[in-house]
Amino acid sequence: MNMAEGEWDIITGNHAAALAAKLARVGVVAAYPITPQTTVVEYLASFVESGYMNAEYIRVESEHSAMAAVIGAAAAGARTFTATSSQGLLYMAEVLHWAAGSRTPVGMAVINRSVGPPWNIHVDHQDTMSQRDTGWLQLYVSSNQEVLDTIIMMYKVAEHPEVMLPFMVCLDAFVLSHTFMPVNVPKQEEVDDFLPPYRPRHWMLDPSDPISFGNLVFPDDEYQEMRWSIDLSMRRALEVIEEVAEEFSEKFGRYHGGAIMKYRISDADYVILTSATLASEAEVAVDMMRDEGLSIGLLKLRSFRPFPHHSIRENLQGKKGVIVIDRSISFSSGGPIGTEVRSSLYDVSGAPAVVNYITGLGGRDITYNDVIAMSKDAISRISTGRLRKPYYWHKLKQDYQRIELAEEVVS
Amino acid sequence: MSITIHDLRKSEGSYLPGSASCPGCGATIAFRIASRILGPNTVYVIPACCFSIIQSPYPRSAISAPILNFAFAAAAAAASGVQRAYKFLGKDVNVVVWAGDGGTVDIGIQALSGAAERGENIIYICYDNEAYMNTGIQRSGATPIKAITKTTPMGKQEMPKDMPMIVAAHRVPYVATASVGYPFDLANKLEKAKRIKGFRYIQIFSPCPPGWDFPVEKTAEIGKLAVDTYFWPLYEIEEGKLRVTIKPRKKPLKEFIRMQRRFEFLKDEEIEEMEKLVMEKWNFLLHLERSERVF
Amino acid sequence: MELEVLILIPVSKPRRGATGETGLWRVERPIIDEGKCIKCWICWLYCPEEVISEGQSGFPVIDLSFCKGCGVCANVCPAKAIKMVRE
Repeated sequence: MNMAEGEWDIITGNHAAALAAKLARVGVVAAYPITPQTTVVEYLASFVESGYMNAEYIRVESEHSAMAAVIGAAAAGARTFTATSSQGLLYMAEVLHWAAGSRTPVGMAVINRSVGPPWNIHVDHQDTMSQRDTGWLQLYVSSNQEVLDTIIMMYKVAEHPEVMLPFMVCLDAFVLSHTFMPVNVPKQEEVDDFLPPYRPRHWMLDPSDPISFGNLVFPDDEYQEMRWSIDLSMRRALEVIEEVAEEFSEKFGRYHGGAIMKYRISDADYVILTSATLASEAEVAVDMMRDEGLSIGLLKLRSFRPFPHHSIRENLQGKKGVIVIDRSISFSSGGPIGTEVRSSLYDVSGAPAVVNYITGLGGRDITYNDVIAMSKDAISRISTGRLRKPYYWHKLKQDYQRIELAEEVVS
Repeated sequence: MSITIHDLRKSEGSYLPGSASCPGCGATIAFRIASRILGPNTVYVIPACCFSIIQSPYPRSAISAPILNFAFAAAAAAASGVQRAYKFLGKDVNVVVWAGDGGTVDIGIQALSGAAERGENIIYICYDNEAYMNTGIQRSGATPIKAITKTTPMGKQEMPKDMPMIVAAHRVPYVATASVGYPFDLANKLEKAKRIKGFRYIQIFSPCPPGWDFPVEKTAEIGKLAVDTYFWPLYEIEEGKLRVTIKPRKKPLKEFIRMQRRFEFLKDEEIEEMEKLVMEKWNFLLHLERSERVF
Repeated sequence: MELEVLILIPVSKPRRGATGETGLWRVERPIIDEGKCIKCWICWLYCPEEVISEGQSGFPVIDLSFCKGCGVCANVCPAKAIKMVRE
């Protein structure tokens, strides 16, 4: 099971996630299997049993317990890791809040999978988007190299003394989790040099320090301030993400972006804004549309929490239009990213029009051709002022798309 | 060697006067004794339960021991994580779950079962006050049949879960029942549990004056009567071998029942029926005591 | 510009009287008759509030600032040396 460290390898996203946990010298892993996360926990089990990775591995009986166990372990001073998907993440929901409220910098890979019913094991972002208010840092990635590098980077961000929040690195089911891609696996010494051992600085469960963590707080005590403090750390994390990405880039020669990654946007009139592997399709789409003479670029959103309001404003002010593609839906409201981007831009003078598309749910395949179609639809809407709805569905089956269209015409 | 009152008086406990517990609280008697045996090298994981409140509000705590307060359903899982982290870091610390019956036999049973099956090196203590007392007396899976709670206003219709036996069926190294009415038996069991490695489970019968509706001064008396009437037999299962640790001369169940208004609907005939159930269980335990191994 | 970040953790410190002077809850007060007390410390053992300790005379004394007046001590005393009297 040993990996050739310091070399190129062809591995899946799940393998990259497990390797990142090993390279980060995680001390306690607790995990429960769920498709398509399963191979992460299998890799970790074989790493630990073969002695390649020195860690305690708790084979818990549920995701709720997995999260509980890593919080407990982090509170006792260990660096921790778990991984899940979809229903598993939702089952954790209660304890996700507990992790952030405890300021335990737990690490987690979430393999984005649609939520049932009906059962569907393929990608969309409904699972993680529905957990956006738990106090977790949430990063979306678009390659297996980015999976590995981001998990290592995020431990440094999460454990920063002014951040101290848990993080999830989100990777698309199958598109990354089970797809083999070339990955440069860093050497352990290089990672050690980049990421120092975890030292809890604010509190710790220690027999010599008889404190009670988390007992009852009344409204007139600091409950609201504790929530404010999480918000403050989350905002501070935006800066730390950039600092750590720069440092990583200097050390390893790879830069995936900080909270955002820009592609051909400086001179663009229109900007596609999306995340995860859809951003890779969008990159291809941008090149193709540029070849056609369209002035378009891409802003890939890596960090959804913290949300980079400032970067969004800075980079989109003065543009003619933004095409936001969401792979999840807040029913009747729109795409979570679309909603946030609008909120970022609302009070900016000369704010671009925002056209928000919901698509790719339940793993419906969305290629660069779809991105081109959405972009052109958006550009035509913007130039003709047909912006009647807060969001549009893309790639519904024809009969259903017709109903959407009818509603638009009537409204 | 059995633990004496002098041993207990010499040892330092982790309970400080002036907590938020109700007067006459059985669970705090249990904690005072348990914390003395468990000693200072102990951390507690406490799910939602009376002790969440008894600790007192932030920024003060009536417990002079490290506590991780945790979500209702997952105390045993959180404790597993705590213990494994200490193991990974090379620290030898007692990791103890201190949970009520709801957090043990109902919402927490899955995490508890998982930790027991994995053989986590923790001590799980359930202080059993036989209902959801912290939320104001609702029935739990540990509430006895016929007992009135606010969700069983005419008396509970079902038998409680036999949680110690459920845990013992996981073939863990140590399971015991205890009662605040027999504090030395409790202390000895904790002392034994402390010396064993692996998953250990103790369920302590902890009378609750407001919940069971009896005069506050009778907590210890009821805790003892429960044992003396065989309502709550005291036994331990060590490596699968069962031993009834206290075999008192049987008192009529009626003496125990009639002290608590939670059983006020019981007619004498019904107490007789309950008496049969109690004797069945007692005889079954004696039968198990004669077997080589229970599990 | 870097934010000044305060990390607020809900951590509580142990102290006596964490809920206040719980002695104020008391309706009845325990009185120990040292003439009857046999210093068996059973009262101490069962006291739910940990308010009984050894006084200078060697007899149990009760910290009335925190004693909630439950009367468990009086009930378990084998020498019947503790009386509960109305406050």
